[in-house]
Amino acid sequence: MGIAKSASATATSSSPVTQSGAAHDTAIDRKVTVYVMGKACEVPATATIMGAIEYAGHQIIRGAGCREGYCGACATIYRAAGDYKIRTGLACTTLVGDGMVLAQIPSVPAEKAIYDIETLRPNVSAIQQTYPVVFRCVACNTCTRSCPQDIRVMDYVQAAKRGDIAAITELSYYCVACGLCMLRCPAEITQPLVATLAKRLYGRHLSKNSPELAVRVRAVAEGSYNAEYVELMALGRESLSDRYYARDSE
Amino acid sequence: MYPEYMAESLRKVIQTRSKRAELGRKSEPVYAPMNANERQAVLDGFHPDFKPDARRAVRIGPNRGEILTTEVADLLESHSWLRTEQVDLSKPDIETDLLIIGGGGAGCSAALVAMKERGIRSVIATKLRIGDANSMMSEGGMQAAVSPTDSPPRHYLDAIGGGHFANKPELVRALTEDAPRVVQWLEELGVVWDKQVDGSLQVLHGGGTSRKRMLSCRDHIGAMIMRTLMDEVRNHPDMITVKEFMPAVELIMDSEGRCAGAILYSMDSEEFFVVKAKSTVIATGGFGRLHIRGFDTTNHYGATGDGLVMAYRAGAKLLYMDSVQYHPTGAAFPEQLAGFLITEKVRGAGGQPVNKDGELFVFPREPRDIEASAIIRECRQNGGGIEAPSGRIGVWLDVPIIDEIHGAGYVAHHFAAHHHQFMRYKIDITKEPILIYPSLHYQNGGVEINARCETNIPGLFVAGEASGGVHGRNRLMGNSVLDYNVFGQRAGRYASEYAAQVELGRLTLSHLDKHEKELAQAEIQSTLVTPILLPSYAPAEVKKRQLARNAQTLPGSSVLHNRLHADSQRAEAK
Repeated sequence: MGIAKSASATATSSSPVTQSGAAHDTAIDRKVTVYVMGKACEVPATATIMGAIEYAGHQIIRGAGCREGYCGACATIYRAAGDYKIRTGLACTTLVGDGMVLAQIPSVPAEKAIYDIETLRPNVSAIQQTYPVVFRCVACNTCTRSCPQDIRVMDYVQAAKRGDIAAITELSYYCVACGLCMLRCPAEITQPLVATLAKRLYGRHLSKNSPELAVRVRAVAEGSYNAEYVELMALGRESLSDRYYARDSE
Repeated sequence: MYPEYMAESLRKVIQTRSKRAELGRKSEPVYAPMNANERQAVLDGFHPDFKPDARRAVRIGPNRGEILTTEVADLLESHSWLRTEQVDLSKPDIETDLLIIGGGGAGCSAALVAMKERGIRSVIATKLRIGDANSMMSEGGMQAAVSPTDSPPRHYLDAIGGGHFANKPELVRALTEDAPRVVQWLEELGVVWDKQVDGSLQVLHGGGTSRKRMLSCRDHIGAMIMRTLMDEVRNHPDMITVKEFMPAVELIMDSEGRCAGAILYSMDSEEFFVVKAKSTVIATGGFGRLHIRGFDTTNHYGATGDGLVMAYRAGAKLLYMDSVQYHPTGAAFPEQLAGFLITEKVRGAGGQPVNKDGELFVFPREPRDIEASAIIRECRQNGGGIEAPSGRIGVWLDVPIIDEIHGAGYVAHHFAAHHHQFMRYKIDITKEPILIYPSLHYQNGGVEINARCETNIPGLFVAGEASGGVHGRNRLMGNSVLDYNVFGQRAGRYASEYAAQVELGRLTLSHLDKHEKELAQAEIQSTLVTPILLPSYAPAEVKKRQLARNAQTLPGSSVLHNRLHADSQRAEAK
């Protein structure tokens, strides 16, 4: 799975931090120059892009969310010094490098399809009904190369064309929906929306039902635990505490 | 990559590993769990809540005279953003049956249930994007008693013992009894639960559980559930209107003392909007970004306790706001990951906290406050910690031992997100431990509710982390994901029921004038304007230059935010 491989591509190769192989060293006071939307700023050499923007005094409104790499709010494009390539990263987890020129993407326009997850079928028909744009894919692999999570985006787009919902679910499991792939896609596909749809189809229609869950839900609905609850809730703190510390553990 | 000076300690962790893995394979605990007295001693001595200046009496409002967390008391004794005479309540900009403040897990659940069960339209107003919430970030799991060896009342006993018996019983019953149905409801919406081959749900232990009942979606349960809920909300634009970057800053009341909506603030245009609503749900989450006692936090950017402030000014009673949850295992190295959550599932799967000599010093699955206090004790008193170059101190969380217990490849598959996260800094958690220290994680208390999510103010409902009473003074792992689902749904249900029968009177903001009077009478001098909305991470010298602005001009957002902790780097956590 894509996520498991090293993500060094997202930390710039020109970063002194990654060159020395450590983010810990005495470089804590060392500064580098980065260009935040074109404006030069001196920032700590060990900063993340988000840390650098804030160090420069910006109050981020769009462009910060969980700050730990889960939510995809902080999609960023940048160029490193002496490097012609446009690179992509999450501002919260990508380290700065000297001479980096960067801009955050405040939001990526994309039209979400409206659907009823109950009535869609977990096969190619669902993709045809919701995101037919998927079939425009020219397999250029730009999406995969632009993914800060190292997800094999193009591979799941191919799976979508085949209607292989389980494969999309597996390949896109760790998508954070930052939108960088759809911004770079020459076929204008909205990949993260397809990934969300596929996971929901998998959970609703393909995941095997748990028989014991159904039994437990029924037992609750029938009031099977009423008496036990009433008894526990009536206990004073002392006896409740005794009961708690005496309980057995699996 | 760890600095050279840590090498010897890392070697000791490896040396002791096989013996500790041997213990891990047995059914007995790897280290003796604490009894009630030992628990109390470690809390009294080392939990940050028990430091002398950690709490103080609040001087105004419904909880006046009660001892609260100092930063919370500061927050409550502050000024409103609004000049009430400038607000025209006679022509609301938006009118709705149901206003939901907050677009995280609880807010989205409330909107969906209001729509699906009661046919009620709602407006979700949220500060950042929908889903920008702590709900998105939970990693390890959700508790639900679904196994044949387990039962909802057993879940009740675990939760109430973990909360030191302070939890409100009716809320714990609702939490634990609704849980199995929540699992099913989420699956119907398309959440992909981790399962065994036969379809039964995969269950693990968490801190304080006596049965394996931690359900999971690998290490991404928050994103899995949150993205599903958001997607479903967006499937119904005719029923649920989402207003992003539009936080509420005050509640509106009516002439009969009922909640009647809120004032929203546009983060972009800095305008205020009047929303008249028959019933209102606060689902604004917690307060990690207040960085209580200078601690790093696991929380999302917007976790600034906004709901507490609004509700308190309107007269709502708070419960257990003297209690803060520090997650035992926040990252302490590298600095770029400082405070980041390392899921408790690591310990549920057999991971062990060990000191600099590679020795166990605590049972790995104590309830969170106990585990966190034991780690602080090991670092601060027993000299078992390692100092990172940033000055942060920590102990090791032995992750590779999990592969030794469960077989190679387990860590890379089940903790893929953490593996990825640390590989960026050339630390391979399948081979090396993680340096950890407790990190500010959860608001245990909040606005007091009953099992219908009602508060002492008619028309005001609260759900999720913003509420108080469900978890007593300490929440167990996996009960917050459950909390926002159970009480988010309940809030949607009961707020809709209420909206269907209420006739609102004249709208008013007189509670804000009353609040200002109280501040003056108590001779409280505060420059703080709240809700905070967003924290500022500008360096101190930048803040100083920003504060040269004339206070009479329109409030530029960054200036206001700076007023809390102009020097936010308090020393304790370092």
